[in-house]
Amino acid sequence: MPSKVESDIRTEITQGLAAAWPVCLGYVPLGLAFGVLAQKAGLHPLQIGFMSLLVFAGSAQFIAISMLSSGAAITSIIFTTLMVNLRHLLMSSALSVYLTRAKRIVLPLFAYGITDESFAVNLSKFKYSNWNIKRALVVNHASNISWIASTVAGGYSGQFIPAKAFGIDYALISMFICLLIFQLRGRKYIITAIIAGASAVILSVTVPGNSYIILASILAATLGVVLRKWIKKV
Amino acid sequence: MFQSDYIILVIGMGFVTYLTRWIPLSVLAGRKLPGWLIEWLDLIPAAILSALLLPLLVTTGEPRHIELFRPELLVAIPTFLFALKTKSLAGTVILGMLLFWLAGKIM
Repeated sequence: MPSKVESDIRTEITQGLAAAWPVCLGYVPLGLAFGVLAQKAGLHPLQIGFMSLLVFAGSAQFIAISMLSSGAAITSIIFTTLMVNLRHLLMSSALSVYLTRAKRIVLPLFAYGITDESFAVNLSKFKYSNWNIKRALVVNHASNISWIASTVAGGYSGQFIPAKAFGIDYALISMFICLLIFQLRGRKYIITAIIAGASAVILSVTVPGNSYIILASILAATLGVVLRKWIKKV
Repeated sequence: MFQSDYIILVIGMGFVTYLTRWIPLSVLAGRKLPGWLIEWLDLIPAAILSALLLPLLVTTGEPRHIELFRPELLVAIPTFLFALKTKSLAGTVILGMLLFWLAGKIM
């Protein structure tokens, strides 16, 4: 008979995996695509896995590969990585609200796994369910394993899965759609989301790179706070 | 590229990425935050999700430009309505993938 501790651990893992699977699934086509590109740029699958393990940030890794292929300097690739990942500052800040009672010793481990997708899943779970740091860690690490495995697999051969098979390219988009709906719990959230979406589209076609995500989010949340009294009256 | 250069590159990339994830957690967790900041952070998820999503639906190409009639946007409409109605993440993901796959066959 399994002990109480064992069955508790099993519950945390099951709950975490039940929340993590759309992220894991969505990382497969992205990871395979990254692995193929990185391999074409001359990286060995082990080198690809090493980058996915240490960096674990999809868009930054794609950019690094294209900069590597065009012969960019190491320092400029590292600086670009920093700029691309500045948006994590916001996600980490938003998550910190729910981690006041978590053991401080696990926070560095948790920080490692914060991505756009794990952030979105964990944040909704913290807000609407009986979520805890252990389950959040399962989400982060399951996503991490899926990312590392699919990038390495892509490095060995990108031909396992034909492009666009089963609409898998749409997994992350539909996940974002549903998670956004979970966030729209009142007028101020809806107005903030509209401002963020519209300004992100405009900025994305005018400002190079992906700084539009952080710029549009800061703009929209700030306007949301500034306009809150007006929003309540409307 | 030499092996040692590659290792330095990856460690550098990993280090700066980790800083962006770790600094807010280490500074903010367990602290009492001012009201306006809590209110601001409360709006951030809706803002980030919308800022991530919308450009994926209506922009494409390199350099990026706006293009409205793409399967990404067309499939998003029924997917959005389904999510609004059911509030089911798993169902939404599966429906979105299915519709996008069908759209790829037709368009």
